Amino acid sequence: MSAIALAPAVTERATPRRAHWYRQPALLAGLIIVALILFVCIAAPLFTSYNPDTQNLNATLQSFSGHHLLGTDQEGRDTFTRLLYGGRTDLRIAFIAVLFPFVLGTILGSVAGYFGGWVDMIIMRLVDIVVAFPFFVLVIALVFVLGAGERSIYVAITLVGWVSYARIVRGEILVAKRQEYVLAAQAGGLSSLRVMARHLLPNVITQAIIYAMSDIVQDILAIVTLSYLGLGIQPPAPDWGTMIADGQNFLTTHWQLTTIPGLAVVVTGLGLSLIGDGLADLLRPGQS
Amino acid sequence: MTGIAGAAGDLLTVSDLHVRIHARHGVVRAVDGVSLEVPAGEAVGLVGESGSGKSMTLRAILGVLPPEAQITAGQVVLDGTDLTQLDTRQLNNFRGPKIAMIFQEPMSALNPVMRVGPQIAEGPLVHLGLTRAQAAERALDLMRRVGIPDPERRYRSFPHEFSGGMRQRVMIAMALACDPALILCDEPTTALDVTIQDQILRLLAKLCRESGTSLVFVTHDLPVVAQVCHQVAVMYAGRIVERGSVQEILTSPQHPYTLGLVGSAPDIDHPRASLTAIPGAPPSLVSPPPGCRFHPRCKFAEQDCQEIEPPLLLLAGGRATACLHHERCSEVAEMEGAGQ
Amino acid sequence: MGRMTFVIRRLLLLVPTAIGVTIIAFFMIHLIPGDPARTILGIHATPKAIAILHRQWGLNRPLASQYWLFMDRLLHGNLGQSLYYNVPVAHLVTSRLPATLWLICYAAVIAVVISVPLAMIAASRKDAVRDHIVRAVPLLGLGMPAFWLALILQTELAVRFRLFPVTGYGSGVVGHLHSMFLPSLVVAIALCPVVIRSLRASMLNVLGAEFVTTARAKGVGSLRLFVRHVLRNAVIPAVTVLGINIGFLIGGTLIVEQVFAVPGIGSLMINSIFQRDFPVVQAIALVFGVMVVLVNLLTDVAYAALDPRVRFDR
Repeated sequence: MSAIALAPAVTERATPRRAHWYRQPALLAGLIIVALILFVCIAAPLFTSYNPDTQNLNATLQSFSGHHLLGTDQEGRDTFTRLLYGGRTDLRIAFIAVLFPFVLGTILGSVAGYFGGWVDMIIMRLVDIVVAFPFFVLVIALVFVLGAGERSIYVAITLVGWVSYARIVRGEILVAKRQEYVLAAQAGGLSSLRVMARHLLPNVITQAIIYAMSDIVQDILAIVTLSYLGLGIQPPAPDWGTMIADGQNFLTTHWQLTTIPGLAVVVTGLGLSLIGDGLADLLRPGQS
Repeated sequence: MTGIAGAAGDLLTVSDLHVRIHARHGVVRAVDGVSLEVPAGEAVGLVGESGSGKSMTLRAILGVLPPEAQITAGQVVLDGTDLTQLDTRQLNNFRGPKIAMIFQEPMSALNPVMRVGPQIAEGPLVHLGLTRAQAAERALDLMRRVGIPDPERRYRSFPHEFSGGMRQRVMIAMALACDPALILCDEPTTALDVTIQDQILRLLAKLCRESGTSLVFVTHDLPVVAQVCHQVAVMYAGRIVERGSVQEILTSPQHPYTLGLVGSAPDIDHPRASLTAIPGAPPSLVSPPPGCRFHPRCKFAEQDCQEIEPPLLLLAGGRATACLHHERCSEVAEMEGAGQ
Repeated sequence: MGRMTFVIRRLLLLVPTAIGVTIIAFFMIHLIPGDPARTILGIHATPKAIAILHRQWGLNRPLASQYWLFMDRLLHGNLGQSLYYNVPVAHLVTSRLPATLWLICYAAVIAVVISVPLAMIAASRKDAVRDHIVRAVPLLGLGMPAFWLALILQTELAVRFRLFPVTGYGSGVVGHLHSMFLPSLVVAIALCPVVIRSLRASMLNVLGAEFVTTARAKGVGSLRLFVRHVLRNAVIPAVTVLGINIGFLIGGTLIVEQVFAVPGIGSLMINSIFQRDFPVVQAIALVFGVMVVLVNLLTDVAYAALDPRVRFDR
């Protein structure tokens, strides 16, 4: 009885496997967009010699020109400059703001998922309650209560945003803790903390990271909306939301003042969403 | 390749059908040159293990292949029309009134949010131009015919409120709804308890006898075929390897694979000392073995089996086999006294 | 029988959550740095005014008894007194609630009307060009600030082309439909990306199901197939997704109401923030919380109504 020839000598080329991150068009496109935006904003002085706060009352409300790429606003400040420096502010705050809920939520979610019992019940009950409030309603109420400004934004977003991470991480841990490698670690006498931190978390964190991408977008929107209302970044610090607010009275005449910062938000959101989607596709157990 | 011309009275003629599936690791030749004739009023069995291509053959006939599968060659002629050449809208005219299908797992094959009665009535409603009330009447009638108790009440039940056997009866009612001349059965009893299996098989056999409907009955279970069918075709690795009447196939198989199937099927009337399993595993359909596809697992395999792909040889009395050394099977069968 | 107990049981499960919601709303006042009364009154902080607030809110009492006072008032329908308007908050809320409810429902309808056909188009031919377009375009919507879109639409369609009223609620049903179209459209567009994505996913799921093959095998035509078989099954998980995202819908109404000057509780909340009218802010946060809880209940009920398997599994 001869052995069965099972090695698939492929006769026709089927769709190539998408194992490599650089082969994912969504992920690649997203990374390029975000990288470009980050670069331009961080390296702002390279791209513009103006200061975002400098007013020039002789050159207000100008249109696109060689001197002012995107024109000036009603106080003569260069729009392009404000756009770049505003991006710095908004992106910096958003990226930092996403970290605190991430960490807090992951910790609480791990504890809830790993230990179960009444700890789990309490934490999940808390999650249910916080989730009952619309994100922005609670954020804006907290910012009101704590006073406007950057610090309040961090606190508000943290207090409200941790729940999604907690849920995701808890869900992953509930599944993962039944895996053999966890049982092996426990059988080896490792402490709970070590098991959670060294063995469970690294495997469980990917879903949280994917969610973090869409969370950054949500945070950017919240920051920009708060600033539009005057409750977020306080002037004269440049920021996209304030720019939109400043320009809204001129929409019929000088549309670029409001439209362009908004577009910046949209494109940033697009890039981050593409990264999130691309990561999700990449990390999902292969589907046809 | 087949050498068998369709008889004039054949309802369905499948000629040299090829189905390819585009999977991630390559192109699978799921159905590789299958030909079949189904005379009017007869039940033809299609037997083989999982992966032999029998379900794909049925789906190809009806044109309900999954999106990654395609018919790449061959013809399916029903009533003088080649179904492979029709588009969906034209095919829809055939599906239901001329040809219907019964699926294996009735729980997933029935729409879970639609009541059972309207599901049965849907065919007549769409195809026979009946009013809602007329279609409902017809559905009730069918439910009685297939033996569903208390049909008036059950009409408004949902599929999950039925037992497995009852659901399959619903599927049969759906298949019969527009009085098709041919019903394709894809392992309709595999998912059922043995006692229920028997009931369903008897029901199918009876209904087909009564209305003269032809059946193509796909299963991996030989004894089931014996209960329902007149003719049998055995499939292996996407091809037909043997064909004949049920009696002949079971008493004197002419292909080593069939021999193996018969030998491995438990038979309560003829308990044997031991069942013989067929060693090895089915071959890859992406790149099948050279020559006869069964040769790696065949105990009669000789040199030429590895080189020549055996065509379907015509034998006496309408039988056919794709084995170069089929006489060996007869000898062995006589020696071992193969059960019937 | 089965359905009733299902609803009642769900309602009971919500009670702890509802209580938790009130606790959080109650607690907001204690997050205020320093003396809440003084901070809130700001420049109007006279000793007398501070003392009045202290008494009103029971700030001198222990925490638990403060909460008890809060709940007691709440259960009697007393949401406090507006510092700015000097009327009971409950009156303000009830007078402005209809506009917000209109906005939410109108937006939900528009979102469904846009999303369902798009999801169907995408799912009907997976990975084709139209699928990629339907999947790609909403990505723009994910990052779009609602107020920005609101401003642009308002300027173009209302101010420039005068197709819609620039602001306001309108009167009468037709007036509401006209005035609220733009605000509802903005909110719907914010919601669509998520809805389209999940509808498409659940449709693809359903399309691959056995019973769809059965229906095809019965010769059911494409349209009937999609509506009676695919859609009917695909909405079930989609309803859940819509329910989960209701928080976003409601959150989005705040800023949209502000831009379009819709007299709803969202704009009331924002204006009250500007006016430092704490009782109103607190009360509206509470109202929104309760709204979400109720909508979640509604979603569960809708799910049970749509999926006949649910009642019996419970």
